[in-house]
Amino acid sequence: MTAALLIDLTLWGSVAALAFMVWRRGRPVLVSAAREGTMDFINIVPRIGLGVIGSGYIAAVIPPEVITGWLGPDSGWLGVATAVIAGAATPGGPVVGFSIGAVALKVGGGPPQVIAYVVAWALFAFQRLILWEIPFMPAKFVWFRAAVSLPFPFLAAALAMAIGKP
Amino acid sequence: MILIGVLVAVSATLVWRRDGIDGVLEILFHDLRLFGGILPRVLAGCLLGAFIAEVLPHEKVSRSLGPNSGLKGLLIGTAFGAILPGGPFTAYPVAAALLTVGADFGATIAMVVSWTLIGYGRAIAWELPILGVDFTMWRIVISLPIPVLAGALGRFVFVRMYPKRAEEPPV
Repeated sequence: MTAALLIDLTLWGSVAALAFMVWRRGRPVLVSAAREGTMDFINIVPRIGLGVIGSGYIAAVIPPEVITGWLGPDSGWLGVATAVIAGAATPGGPVVGFSIGAVALKVGGGPPQVIAYVVAWALFAFQRLILWEIPFMPAKFVWFRAAVSLPFPFLAAALAMAIGKP
Repeated sequence: MILIGVLVAVSATLVWRRDGIDGVLEILFHDLRLFGGILPRVLAGCLLGAFIAEVLPHEKVSRSLGPNSGLKGLLIGTAFGAILPGGPFTAYPVAAALLTVGADFGATIAMVVSWTLIGYGRAIAWELPILGVDFTMWRIVISLPIPVLAGALGRFVFVRMYPKRAEEPPV
């Protein structure tokens, strides 16, 4: 709860600080920028609504055991590849993604696979793409970014294998 | 969005067939509450994006984050993504604002990827408590080069996919 409060405080604090900077350029500038932001908000609400309510259903039909099962120990590059797919397919917020990573580590999943999983989840978790990135960003950018990011979970796993455990 | 709508409809039907109408309603109410909870943050994010677009001088952004900004632009994007406060509700509106004021795909990719991989907000709030200090630090160190590399790859591919736009003279 306090973490959420801190996030909200920083967030609205930043909004206030920037609003002040805009206001110093004149009141009409602030009003038009605020109107533009509000219009963006109104346009985005239905899309976020579909994302939030919809992804709950998508998450409900993906059983979590399927994802942990994929992160088996000593699975090598095949394990890394499945970890990447599992990361992209993991529904839910940060708690789910990191918890699955923690479970996988506990049941003996290889650290490079878990790294690949966490990195892939951070880069392409479908729920975040649907819920946040696609509504806000041009679709072309989102697909482009996802495609360009594809090699990096593998690179992270390779680095993890080269460096070894902490 | 149509694709997502279809996906949602199929999943909701599957939930309905498995858990009946109660299962469908439970998820609906849970998500509606979540939706209500994040709306103010989404508004804050949109305002932040609009204000940033207003405050940042366009010529300066296109010079320091545009297609010709080189490694420096990618590093600035990475640093910006790493220090940006808030969650997805700030990162994506701000990234969209950067694109509109003249940042190129490369620098914006560096920013978004840096926010997801090395942004401190999520690491402190969620990853440290769940996965532990050792794993988190190790993962972040390994992730450090990725935003710059992803941005560089993005820029490299973008110039080859859309050669016309890249040839436009810098403003």
